Parts: sequence; structure tokens; C-alpha cells
Amino acid sequence: MAEKVQIKVVVNGVEHHSEVEPRLLLVHYLRETLGLTGTHVGCDTSQCGACTVHLDGQAVKSCTLFAVQADGSSITTIEGLGSVDSLHPVQEGFWEMHGLQCGFCTPGMIMAAADLLNRNPQPSEEEIRHALEGNLCRCTGYHNIVRAVQYAANKMAGKVGVAADD
Amino acid sequence: MYTAPFSYKKASNLSEALSLLQQNPEAKLLAGGHSLIPAMKLRLAAPPLLIDISKVAELRGIRREGDTLVIGAMTTYRELETSDLLKELCPIIPQAVSLIGDPMVRTKGTIGGSLAHADPAADLPASMLALEARIKIQGPSGSRVVEAEQFFTGMFSTALGEGEILTEVHIPVRPGARMAYAKFPHPASRYAVVGVAVVLDGNSVRAAVTGAGEHAMRLTKLEQALSGQALSAESITAACQGLLPADNLNHDLAASKEYRAHLVDVMAKRALLQAAGL
Ligand SMILES: Cc1cc2nc3c(=O)[nH]c(=O)nc-3n(C[C@H](O)[C@H](O)[C@H](O)COP(=O)(O)OP(=O)(O)OC[C@H]3O[C@@H](n4cnc5c(N)ncnc54)[C@H](O)[C@@H]3O)c2cc1C
Ligand code: FES
Ligand code: FES
Repeated sequence: MAEKVQIKVVVNGVEHHSEVEPRLLLVHYLRETLGLTGTHVGCDTSQCGACTVHLDGQAVKSCTLFAVQADGSSITTIEGLGSVDSLHPVQEGFWEMHGLQCGFCTPGMIMAAADLLNRNPQPSEEEIRHALEGNLCRCTGYHNIVRAVQYAANKMAGKVGVAADD
Repeated sequence: MYTAPFSYKKASNLSEALSLLQQNPEAKLLAGGHSLIPAMKLRLAAPPLLIDISKVAELRGIRREGDTLVIGAMTTYRELETSDLLKELCPIIPQAVSLIGDPMVRTKGTIGGSLAHADPAADLPASMLALEARIKIQGPSGSRVVEAEQFFTGMFSTALGEGEILTEVHIPVRPGARMAYAKFPHPASRYAVVGVAVVLDGNSVRAAVTGAGEHAMRLTKLEQALSGQALSAESITAACQGLLPADNLNHDLAASKEYRAHLVDVMAKRALLQAAGL
């Protein structure tokens, strides 16, 4: 009963072979087995989006996925999106536009926003708000998060890196 | 939160999934997991074995076969939302899907998982009824096809029997039909408090509601009032009055029976106005 399962995943470009209990959630695999604690657990009930990572390029809630389901996949976490020397445009947007206060929601927000910009490089404000419906922030009131995403969209389009209404 | 321990098997094809299910009657199929995993975390479900069918190639994809659109059960919401074929021939599906949960839920959730789960507040059942979709089911002794209207039999219950797998959704292609889905989302969960789907095809009106009762149902009173009529803002408004009696509707913290009955009228009107381009 409940025998362990061998999985292979590529996380932030590094291949890992692990033996996991089937009930191990992906978020715990990332945080506890691989030590990648940038991905947070907020609600643990699929509501808040703090645990958002990219699975084969698409945003998922890693608290609502068993690690075994990710077998054979490629995962990007906040640690793999940019680096301290070279921030991803969405990370830079959150910095420049003051898109965070306590920062707890931020890794998930950034991963969800990066997924949006992959699908829709020039979203309207309404589209940004709709795309972030699964990410809760208890601090900022969201306005600066929207501006951070607009900054990133402009930056990625090669425009001067400022939010639309600045 | 940890679920109860379980064993895990990834099925590589449909016949493997069927035989695993037959050998393990207590097992549960795992699709996107976005209803099942939350339930397992709360220990509302504790299956000894999960059979992961999400990667089974025969169960994925959207194609046209003559006058029918065939959607594999494990096709994800994201694939439905971005499908050019559906946008062209059946736009109500991408539209309704874009209102489900959030983008992360739409990456994993599947049409087959949603229909098999039959949550009374799920979005897609309303469109399935209004489109007169047919649900293909494969079991140990062969396959059968069930009308969407016969598929949903109660709260979280369907025509699926033991050992059976929902494999495909068949949707008749209706050239020139206009269609729309209007939803009043639950303020926290985003599920449908009430959602109404309408399909206008020539002179006929097909409409169905989800969220209101134990399972999705056709709005026959509305269909009879409007079929064969010229649609105008006035005729639509006149028809969308008292569509369902409040007595048998759901009631919870989000909405009383009476408020739900009111929302049915309002969502039906919105969906009709949108579909008719008024
Ligand atoms: C935060 C959040 C918000 C959500 N919001 C909405 C919303 O607004 N609207 C909405 O409609 N839904 C919503 N959902 C539910 C979501 O749509 C689920 O993905 C869906 O209900 C189940 O699909 P799944 O593929 O994830 O199935 P799973 O959870 O994997 O399976 C659900 C059940 O169906 C069975 N099953 C799965 N596939 C088959 C099959 N092929 N044959 C037979 N049985 C099968 C499983 O054994 C299980 O019992 C939300 C979920 C979450 C977590
Ligand atoms: S921790 Fe995953 S959604 Fe909140
Ligand atoms: S910055 Fe504190 S929760 Fe978002």
C-alpha cells in the first residue's frame, strides 16, 4: 500500500530523480525535498495562489497537485524566473512599482503574471485583474500589482519601462 | 495538509485504465485533480488507489468529425479556452471556460473531470445541456452514449456506472447558431451561484441553468416562450420572468431560494441579450 514512486522532473533547468510518496504535494516536494522555499503555502486550499509555479510553461497551484503528477515535466519556480543580477521584467516591475508590502503573495503573483504575459503580451487593466483572480494579496490593495504587470508588459515590448498611467 | 495515503498508477492508455479500475473497484480516476485533491485533503475522500488518466492520449484533444465536434474527456480548460475550432464553431465553450475559477485552475481542470464530478455549481453542465451534447462512456463491456440531459442525475451524481470512464463529449455543429453563457459567480469561490447558457439556432431557443438546483437543467418554459418568436429586448425581458419556482432551488450562505430564482431570470436575460447581439 502506498508504495513510493520514482519521478523525474526538471526544476529551473536542473534534472532531479526522486522517490516520493504519492501523497506528497508538489509544493512540499519543491520546498522540503529540493529546498526551494521561494514558493509559499498560504491557504493550502487552492484559493490564494501563493504556491503558483509553472508546469511545462503554464501556471498551476502547486498545493493542488501531487509531485507524482509532475513526473516527466519541467517546472519553473520564482528562483528560476530571473536572477538577482538580472531580474525578470515582472520582478523588476514589482520592484519599480512597489507591487508588494509583506511579500508573502509575491512569488505566486509574479508567476501568475508571467504566465499571463506569455499568453497575452499586452493585456488591458481588466485582463490583468481577471488573470490575477486566483492570487490573493492581504496588503497592497492590488493597484500597484496591476501597475507592476503593466510595467513588465511595456518593458517586454521594448517600450520605456513605466506603467501606462504614469 | 496531507491526504490519507494512497497508491498511484499512471494509465498509459484507455484499456489499461479500464482494467485497473476493474481490478480495484475502490480506486478513483484522477483527471486534473481540482475537485478530487481538495476533497482528499479535507479527507472527504480517501481512495486507496488513484488511476491517473490525465495523460492518456486517446482522451485528449478537440476535433471535428462531420457534423460533430468531439472533445476528449481529458482536454484541459486551457485547451478549450484557446481552441480556434471551438471559437469558430462553438464559442460558448471557450466563453464559459474563461469564467471558471482562475488561470491556474484552468491549466489543470478538464471537461471530463468537471462533468463526471457533477458539482451542482459547476459551469460547463449548463452549456452541455443547451448544446444538446452527448456524453460517451466506456465500460468493461463496451461503450455507450448518453444525452447530456440524462447524464446528470443528481447532486454529484451521474449516469456513470461502476468501472466506467467518461471518454468523449460530442457536440452537434450548428452553423450560424449564436450562443452565450451568463454567470453570477460566488464572491469567494467563483463557482456559479447561477449560470445560464443559451443557444439560438434559427428559430429555436435552447437554454439551460446550472447552480440553481441539484443538477443542471433545461429551462423549458423559456424555450417554449421564445422559440419561433422574433427576439427583441422587449420579448426577452417579458419571457425572463418567473422561469423557475423557488421551492426546489438550492439555498446556502451565498443565496436563498428566492434570490436564486431571481438570478435565474436575470442571468437568462443577460445570456439571451448577449447571444442575440442586443
Ligand atoms: C479554486 C478552485 C476554483 C474553482 N472554480 C470553479 C468554477 O468557477 N466553476 C467550475 O465549474 N468549477 C470550478 N472548480 C472545479 C474545477 O472545474 C475542477 O477542475 C473540476 O470540477 C474537476 O475537473 P478535474 O479534471 O480537476 O477532475 P478531478 O478532480 O481529477 O476529478 C473529479 C471527479 O471526477 C472523476 N473523474 C474524473 N475524470 C473522469 C472520467 N473521465 N470518467 C469518470 N470519472 C472521472 C474523479 O474520479 C473524481 O471523482 C474550481 C476548483 C478550484 C480548486
Ligand atoms: S497555498 Fe496553494 S492556493 Fe493557497
Ligand atoms: S504583499 Fe503582503 S500579501 Fe501581498
